[in-house]
Amino acid sequence: MERLWELRDLFWESVLETLYIVAVTLGIGGIGGLVIGVALYVTRKGGLLANAPVSIVLNVLVNFFRPIPFVIFIGAVQPLARLVVGIGIGNRAIIFALSLAAAFGISRIVEQNLVSVDPGVIEAARAMGAGRFRTILTVLIPEALGPLILGYTFVFVALVDMSAIAGVIGGGGLGNFAIVYGYRQFNPAVTWVAVIAIVVIVQVAQFAGNVLARRILRR
Amino acid sequence: MAIIELDNVSKVFPPAHRGAAPVSAVEDVTLHVEAGEIAGIIGYSGAGKSTLVRLVNALEKATSGTVTVDGTTVTGLSERRLREVRLGIGMIFQQFNLFSSRTVWGNIAYPLQIAQVPKSQHQKRISELLHFVGLADKAHSYPEQLSGGQKQRVGIARALATSPKVLLADEATSALDPETTRDVLQLLKKVNVELGITTVVITHELEVVRAIADRVVVMERGRVVEDGAAFDVFARPRHPTTKRFVGTLIDGVPTGATLESLRANHTGRLVTLSFDDESLPQSQAFAELISGGIEFELVHGGMEDIQGRSFGNLTLALRGEDAAIDHALGRLRERVAVTEAA
Repeated sequence: MERLWELRDLFWESVLETLYIVAVTLGIGGIGGLVIGVALYVTRKGGLLANAPVSIVLNVLVNFFRPIPFVIFIGAVQPLARLVVGIGIGNRAIIFALSLAAAFGISRIVEQNLVSVDPGVIEAARAMGAGRFRTILTVLIPEALGPLILGYTFVFVALVDMSAIAGVIGGGGLGNFAIVYGYRQFNPAVTWVAVIAIVVIVQVAQFAGNVLARRILRR
Repeated sequence: MAIIELDNVSKVFPPAHRGAAPVSAVEDVTLHVEAGEIAGIIGYSGAGKSTLVRLVNALEKATSGTVTVDGTTVTGLSERRLREVRLGIGMIFQQFNLFSSRTVWGNIAYPLQIAQVPKSQHQKRISELLHFVGLADKAHSYPEQLSGGQKQRVGIARALATSPKVLLADEATSALDPETTRDVLQLLKKVNVELGITTVVITHELEVVRAIADRVVVMERGRVVEDGAAFDVFARPRHPTTKRFVGTLIDGVPTGATLESLRANHTGRLVTLSFDDESLPQSQAFAELISGGIEFELVHGGMEDIQGRSFGNLTLALRGEDAAIDHALGRLRERVAVTEAA
């Protein structure tokens, strides 16, 4: 307990670090995932921009990256991280790896939610003279917004989970805090404080996502 | 003047999967719809009528032939130019296809945004449209809060927002109950009469065509098998498919089980007189029978009114001397179609 008190500054710092990593990743990976997901959907057969070669390449790409366990993925993309963000370790590198992995994961969630949009409303927009990109931005995405928000909430929770591994390349956050100060120093109380913090973050995020989705879906 | 011209139009869909045959949905259709008329295109499901109507606004691209709408040839037009053409063609759908993420107001505003109508004019135009379709109090409702009939009214208001010259209705009443169907059809008639909008109605229900169409086009297996003024098609159907459709709504010459049952319940010779507005009036036909001393009763059939013109098949059971009946029928035959049950 005394030890906990000593670690309080480090604990809050870790909380903020986790939130920072997850938020930035959700921003970058979320937009990337939305773009790839929409591309997966519209290039399907019979889609707004049906294009078999692009569709096949996208699917292979997504299917290639998605099954890689994240802890291996971090190491595998480290050279790429050095190239893109200039460093292979620390929070910047972990955000890079996490965003990349998240984009591919999110793309499938986005695609699934777009598939559930009634093709009739898309046809209606086209019949009114809406162009393809306009239809995507003003009909397709708004019509799927409720489920998309729930999907992104799910992703947020998954990112909190994945970010806990940041320690392997010197990243921070609650996962690293729990391993370094709790597990390795035989201090279960510290570990459990991190666990509780994570549970609280996840609960709050899920609650917020549910409320938002319910407001969008009006039910 | 024809506002929609389809000339030798065909649409072939690529095979659904490897090894399957390509599907020919529309085959060599030539159809001119006159400005201001309501054309009813009727056919069983799979006849190609939904594809045909989508060729008009190029939601489907014709494989061959030309489609011209209001003087603009739609076939081969670029996507950008198509958008302009589509602003002049409204469309409504069986499942309404309203945007669930937008209110009634937002749904009607959408085509105005596409047409780049200044926002300052939206208020006036949208409330005008809502009054026209009778939904002024529903502006801020979401589609799921509306009944089927109300949804289709919103669909109609949305389709009319950019003041199109042509309205395409794809099975617009097929998801509605009979009473709501009548209301929506009346509204479509109002659109045609008050706004002068040329309307193409796609349906598999002859009732719909009878209620509002000036012109009837019958489709089967991608082809137009009959095309004529509504009255002519109803009164004198020529193609077997047309006869089948008309037969579901209008009693013809009794055959089969109907005839058996009439025979069992009535004595005398069963004769069907087919009246239309060019034939002998009913009163004179009946006078002829009476003056011949022939007793008769009406056992089957009825009169129909299509666009203010009446026609119908009346089956009578005639009792009297055979010679007198033959003589009377001989005289009637000169002025009205007479069919005697064998």
